[in-house]
Amino acid sequence: MRDYFLYGFAAIAAMLLTWNLHHIFIDLPPVIQNVGAYKIVYMHVSIILASFIGFFVSLAASSIYLATGNLKYDAFAAGVTEVAVVYATAGLALGSLWGRFAWGIWWTWDARLTSMLICWLMYLGYLMLRQAIPEPTERARLCAVLSIFGGVGVTFVYKSIEWYRTQHPAPVLSFRQGAGGMGPGLETPIYWNLLALLFLGTAMIMVRMRQEQVSREIDALRRIAHSHAA
Amino acid sequence: MLQTYLSQVWTIFSKDLRAELRTKEALNASLAFSVVILLLLSFAFEASEQSTSISGGLLWLAYSFAGALALNRSFARELQNDCLDALIASPAPSSALFLGKALANYALLLVVELIALGVFIIFYDAHLSGNFLPLFGVMLLATWAMVVIGTLFSALTVNLHMRELMLPVLVYPLLIPALMAAMLLTSTLLSGEAITGDNWIWVRVLVAFDIVFTALGVVFIDTVLVG
Repeated sequence: MRDYFLYGFAAIAAMLLTWNLHHIFIDLPPVIQNVGAYKIVYMHVSIILASFIGFFVSLAASSIYLATGNLKYDAFAAGVTEVAVVYATAGLALGSLWGRFAWGIWWTWDARLTSMLICWLMYLGYLMLRQAIPEPTERARLCAVLSIFGGVGVTFVYKSIEWYRTQHPAPVLSFRQGAGGMGPGLETPIYWNLLALLFLGTAMIMVRMRQEQVSREIDALRRIAHSHAA
Repeated sequence: MLQTYLSQVWTIFSKDLRAELRTKEALNASLAFSVVILLLLSFAFEASEQSTSISGGLLWLAYSFAGALALNRSFARELQNDCLDALIASPAPSSALFLGKALANYALLLVVELIALGVFIIFYDAHLSGNFLPLFGVMLLATWAMVVIGTLFSALTVNLHMRELMLPVLVYPLLIPALMAAMLLTSTLLSGEAITGDNWIWVRVLVAFDIVFTALGVVFIDTVLVG
């Protein structure tokens, strides 16, 4: 039953992404405001949005794990965070590419870029911590605490960097100014891509959760085998 | 009730400080390290008129490196002879253990920071010009932010093999808002100006940061240590 959902989600994601790519590359005008690479924005914005949703869901899952102690929620949080970090990485890379074409630079210390980078570093730390703790319940507990601290930290980072950068006379490069003047019809592929990415993410998380479950079962079997041998 | 709690905090605090003053492990290490960092930074940045504008950043980089060194030891030193288990089993609640340790680290780091500030003033020809008290206020606020997060993560990473590596990786990104506020305020104060208008927002960021993360630390330390 679960397999059907998994393949179903993956298939929906594949179809939506293909259809979107076709729409973006064939139907839309090739150049807007002298920026031919503006089409990167469709993937960049939706993948960053998807990663934010993922971080938010993982914060919720970690809280539920701490409240209930059910390892299923920990596996879920782990899967969501991994997918969200991959999305965030892709989002940063795509944004950097787009910046190279639109602004002429790979990177700028703008509020959004900086806070995204810090957010990415925080969740990279979360994944490193998961690797470093072998015992499942201890890992789940400590990672859940880190996830909650990270969630609160990201809010602080986001707000304070906004204040920091806007106090300086440096130009604030916002997406809407940079790619600006997107007609209402031109924005819709962003939301379709977001939907496709959410389906793709859900499918990947389901695969990841099954892995976690299997590895726990193998662990339990190994423990039984050891106790019989001894 | 509150009196018992405070005396438990005091016991942990004085125990930690006494152990530190007798061995001077973390104190010597973090002092030497912060001086080395200040020395290295002097090669990266010429001490000149312009360097006052980045002086806050230099100073807080040295402080945060020294802090990570000292905070690593905070819970790790209790591992020998199963002291940590004894502390957890003692009648003092985890939050008293946390606050006592955090306060001990706070006192330790403030001493290191004051000495490093003196070294900094000599090396970089900085002038406090009557701004010592506001600067000390910034140090009080930002160091508490550093200590409260550092102590919690010191407890969180205490059982890891790679604890010395994991602590900075986890702590620095979280600390960025507090460090950024402290750097900005310190630069302003070291260039001889007072904290005015727009800069008060950074004092508020520091205060809010301290309150929020102290509360989170007190709430979650039990989950971290006991489960």
